[in-house]
Amino acid sequence: MASQKKLKLLWLQSITCNGNTHSFLNYPDLATLLSYFEFVYHPVIETPYTIEEVAKGKLECDILILEGSFREEGFTRGRVEVSKIFTAYAKRAKHIISAGTCATFGGIFKAYDPEYISGFIFDGEERTARYETYASKLISLPGCPIHPKWLSYVLMMLLKEKPIPIDELHRPQELYGITVHTGCTRNEYFEWKIDSKGFGLKEGCLFYEQGCQGPYTRGSCNKILWNDTSSKTIVGTPCFGCTEPSFPKRALYSTKTNMGIPATMPLGVPRRAYLTVTGIAKSFKIKRFEERIITYDH
Amino acid sequence: MKIAEKKALKRESIIQTALQLFSSKGFHKTTIPDIAKKLHMSVGNLYNYFSSKDILAKEIIKYTSNVLGEEIREVNMLEISAREKIRKIVALYFRMAERHPERIEYFLRVYLANREVFNDGCEGMTCVSGFVTEIMIFFDDGVSSGELRDQDFFSAFGLFMGYLGGMVFLKGEEMLTKDIGQYTDDISLNIYAALKA
Repeated sequence: MASQKKLKLLWLQSITCNGNTHSFLNYPDLATLLSYFEFVYHPVIETPYTIEEVAKGKLECDILILEGSFREEGFTRGRVEVSKIFTAYAKRAKHIISAGTCATFGGIFKAYDPEYISGFIFDGEERTARYETYASKLISLPGCPIHPKWLSYVLMMLLKEKPIPIDELHRPQELYGITVHTGCTRNEYFEWKIDSKGFGLKEGCLFYEQGCQGPYTRGSCNKILWNDTSSKTIVGTPCFGCTEPSFPKRALYSTKTNMGIPATMPLGVPRRAYLTVTGIAKSFKIKRFEERIITYDH
Repeated sequence: MKIAEKKALKRESIIQTALQLFSSKGFHKTTIPDIAKKLHMSVGNLYNYFSSKDILAKEIIKYTSNVLGEEIREVNMLEISAREKIRKIVALYFRMAERHPERIEYFLRVYLANREVFNDGCEGMTCVSGFVTEIMIFFDDGVSSGELRDQDFFSAFGLFMGYLGGMVFLKGEEMLTKDIGQYTDDISLNIYAALKA
């Protein structure tokens, strides 16, 4: 493997909190992963070029990784408009990875200025004028932040020249073909419609009252665990739907309901089917689900 | 006609007949031989369709709930205001009370009054989800459009269906001074006034 030509990575940032970079740096196998690649530039890893040299747009790169929301004018790196730098390398790169929801759809910064801030190739779920030019190269990795294993999966697949099936928003189906709900340890409570009585508890489902968007958010947070350990929903915090073009919504800790009926249905489930099944499930009292999983003496 | 279709028709005729007998004579005073006799079929053959009176009773509540649910569903599919939908639901409910009083009598006088029969197998909404689901959809649409006030589901459900059930009960007791259909406008207005945003 060591003799194989290393792919050149160029990681560029626009309007960002560095969250995806930090997540990536926490990847336990980062050193091994990077042994297969050569970083031409990364904002916080020691790399051979300065941002001023990068900003000239002349370096070689195989994979362009973008982090942060995008605006056409008025945001510079190395005293050059980011749009000019991004465009120069988007043309040169064989592959473009938008790392995080900001780079992919606009994310949390788009909420600040929806008219002018977007992702590089998508604006929310709408395609921008760039789409036609770059669609064939694009892999979208939304998430706030992305899981480092999502990025390492894509990088290794590209390295091995393996096909990466994607959905209409260019998200790898291997990672986003399921919902965050899949694999959640609270699924029994979801099935029997048992609400969680608060945050941080082991018992109950967070979908009914606590704002969990897991049943209609695409992502593998409960399949590929965070820090190889857990996930938000497992520890008792609702999924915020951070991989979706609609992120961020408001009132993230409460479920929008209409007379007790969730305003958003689980992904692809017709409302009539959902209400029929849950109405019946709710009719039964299952003693085990009414009890604490662990009882303490004190 | 295929055998399966014949059997389905026979099954429905048993449900219809049992529904009338249970509603008029009462659940406990109606026997399987009574039902079989009225249908001109043998008791043994009737048991081929329903293995016990309790099972038949549960199938009837599902049947009536689904019939009512289908009618409300048609109203839910219309592109009209919640206020107009309320009027249509009240009208269809009262029309059912006039044309098929046994269906609503069954709910009030058999289903609600003999919980020991229905507790096993018809818990909660299990056997009445056909129409409860449609009422949920009506509420959800009404709140989503801003026409109805968001509130606890059962507060609204009890007001709506309890009110209608109560009127049909009064009709059954022959207490009403007018035909039940003549109350449609006033009652629709009352329900709308209570539920509107």
